[in-house]
Amino acid sequence: MSDPVTELAGLTLSGPVLVASGCGGSGRELTAYGPLADLGGFVTRSITLNARAGGSLPRIVETPSGLLHAVGLQNPGLEHFLSLELPWLAQQGTRVIVSIAGATLGEYAELARRLGRSPGVSAIEVNLSAPDATTTGVFDVREPFHAASVVAAVHRDLPRGMPVLAKVRTDLVRVVESARSVLDAGAAAVVVGNALPAAMPDGRPAGLSGPAIAPLALRCVTEVCAGLPDAQVVGAGGIATADDARAFLAAGATAVQVGAALLHDPTTAARIAADLRGAP
Amino acid sequence: MKPLHVTGEVLASKKVGAYRHLTLVAPGIPERFRPGTFVALSVGGEAARSRLARRAFWIHRVKPVGGYGATLEIVVEPVGVGTGWLAALAPGARLEVTGPLGRAFALPQEKVGCLLVGEGYAAAPLFPLAERLRERDCPVTLVVAGDDEAHLLSALEARRSARSVTVVTRDGSVGQRGEVADVIDEVLTRSGAEVVYAAGPSRTLHAVAAAAERHGAWSQTAVERPLTCATGLCQGCPVPVVGEDGVARLVRGCVDGPVFRGDRVRWDDLEAQ
Repeated sequence: MSDPVTELAGLTLSGPVLVASGCGGSGRELTAYGPLADLGGFVTRSITLNARAGGSLPRIVETPSGLLHAVGLQNPGLEHFLSLELPWLAQQGTRVIVSIAGATLGEYAELARRLGRSPGVSAIEVNLSAPDATTTGVFDVREPFHAASVVAAVHRDLPRGMPVLAKVRTDLVRVVESARSVLDAGAAAVVVGNALPAAMPDGRPAGLSGPAIAPLALRCVTEVCAGLPDAQVVGAGGIATADDARAFLAAGATAVQVGAALLHDPTTAARIAADLRGAP
Repeated sequence: MKPLHVTGEVLASKKVGAYRHLTLVAPGIPERFRPGTFVALSVGGEAARSRLARRAFWIHRVKPVGGYGATLEIVVEPVGVGTGWLAALAPGARLEVTGPLGRAFALPQEKVGCLLVGEGYAAAPLFPLAERLRERDCPVTLVVAGDDEAHLLSALEARRSARSVTVVTRDGSVGQRGEVADVIDEVLTRSGAEVVYAAGPSRTLHAVAAAAERHGAWSQTAVERPLTCATGLCQGCPVPVVGEDGVARLVRGCVDGPVFRGDRVRWDDLEAQ
């Protein structure tokens, strides 16, 4: 039986399961548990123009059926990513989708220009839903209008044909409006289901991920798919089993991202991908 | 060598002082073990889907058991939901095991005196390390420390596996009363060790690394951070270090460590985190 193929944002993926941003390390760590080529795509942790040291400890706290995290977008910066991480990722036989975050529209445009020229990048995912945006100092996109302006800036500075995925807030009230605005601004697909805004036990802004948020993410995906029938939607948020993935696909998602579950079991994405392929 | 993710089985569970020693069958992992590496376990049972963080444990011992291949032993201090669940597991229980994870202690190329300092359950990886060092004819001196007698790991066994053993407890119930920092200079002078290995709380590691520098010895410290994934994916366990290039950076305690050269760790920053 030949493997099913997923068409997303004009790209052909070997399957519908992607690694969600921030949950796959630099990619190398995951390959100990299976080749990245078995997955439809790898979304990098959010890359910023300059290196970021990230937040203070504790950065991750367990909560019932979830993980609270305030990593603070720790990443080595664009230069390091381009010279040391991207070349390796590009050779792994999977689609490399680079997640980006910036403090200003100018930073987003600069990231888009540099990444758009870099061999091995299949698409850009714009992180418009950092749950701790206020403390991490990234552009605050609470308003769908602001999200759209970021997508427009990125889209304008990318080479023609390089798709933009827009990862919007899992805000049930405004998620359809957000999705519509980023699609109008040039996004080829919308990713629904980032971590929910939450607080650490000490009150610091944090994100909540894991199975606890899956029902809400699924509802958001369902509403976006119903409200925007022509939109391509990538579902994310708490997906930990093949049945979870099937539920998101049945709701109308074209692909799914697996995130926090990888921190619990690094083989999760590969197992879900194999299950969806019908492998024994 | 790449770590494995396997379904393991509890072969034995034994209470020793404040700790629970679990012997696990985890195919392929014991064969890959080197002292200083660790395993990550999932909390399972009823709590499987509600407890997502992995629990990391030093590999204390690896030994062949007839019919099972090699087994590995970990030391659990039951203090929370996860460690409590693990400590209550009966033989035959199954659980997910990932490992061995992390970078091991580096062994000296030559026959040099080695001082091993372990506090609490974190002394676990030092015993197999002592074995390896003895195989290389390196004279081994041990310091075993803990809050009290119940939190001293394998003190009896320590006496068998080292040339000299110093026991320190905070309450003075066994050995000298005090902390590692109180005895480390004297032990370093007496042993003449050229390499120091340490595992324990960061305050103790800091004291040992500083003492090693004063005495012109190399130190290797096993830094314990709160680990969520233990596999290098989540960036939850930053360790501030100075790289070989002299540049300060944050690395991950799980895959870039847990063992670091003591003079490379920015201890003040680590303790301020």
